[in-house]
Amino acid sequence: MLELIEAWLHRPNFIAFVILFLWGFYIMVTHHNLVKKLIGLYIVQTSVIFFLVAISAKTGATVPILLSGTGPVQAATYTNPLPHVLTLTAIVVQIATLGVSLALVAAIYRKYGTLDEDEILKRLE
Amino acid sequence: MTFSFEIPLLILLILTAGGAILVKDLVPAVFILGSYSFFLALVWAWIGAPDVAFVEAVVGAGLATVFFLLTLFETAPKDTRLHRPPPPWAALLGLPLLGFLLLYAASDLPKFGDPASPASVHISPVYLENSMHDTLTPNVVTSVLMDYRAFDTLIETVVIFTAGIACVLLLRRNQA
Repeated sequence: MLELIEAWLHRPNFIAFVILFLWGFYIMVTHHNLVKKLIGLYIVQTSVIFFLVAISAKTGATVPILLSGTGPVQAATYTNPLPHVLTLTAIVVQIATLGVSLALVAAIYRKYGTLDEDEILKRLE
Repeated sequence: MTFSFEIPLLILLILTAGGAILVKDLVPAVFILGSYSFFLALVWAWIGAPDVAFVEAVVGAGLATVFFLLTLFETAPKDTRLHRPPPPWAALLGLPLLGFLLLYAASDLPKFGDPASPASVHISPVYLENSMHDTLTPNVVTSVLMDYRAFDTLIETVVIFTAGIACVLLLRRNQA
């Protein structure tokens, strides 16, 4: 148990990721307002991206922009650039899915006049 | 670079996420969500990812907030439900179990800021060492995004295009 707590203290970013991920997921499952569900979805997406970027951190390293154009590069002095690139793509895809889902919400409101999930199900019958 | 500022920023991150979820009125909730994105961008700038921080500040805090606000102006800006039914027991049971499994597996992950973590020693040194020679670009993120993985970025614009077409089709006024 003590080892587990020490393991958590060395990974504060992972603890924050778990809290944000579960909280957003819980909101997606339990809330009845569609916009609140999308806020939960947004928090889940950003928490996963946060986890990926936090992997790239290195103690004592600087940003991945080379200081001098010539000479050999010490890879340990720059943070890992690959998770940054992959998450840049993921952020853009995230905003695309968010835009489409918000457009869907607006279309649902136009047709049924409410954002409450149960009301919409009632009017569908 | 030290990580001493990390903990207060993470606490602010969790507080703003909680605020965005707990506030009943939807417009303030969306603004709190924008501040959450800004704290996220601050954390990323702090741990050495300025490119991701810029994108999050522009796209997350700016564009996502605008999208949410536009939707709310079109629809109802209030969470009308006052009395909520109890949450399903599957969520109450499953999510703590998932959290327990994730936290139990924490000791198998590399430590935060570990220079010898598997992600940092496998392929990424190759990009760091050859970027200047191959692409003449000092910013390694740019050289990987626009040069080594240019097709990935090209197809990403197709994704954005598809999303734009989907939004236009959904929001047309004069449909039957």
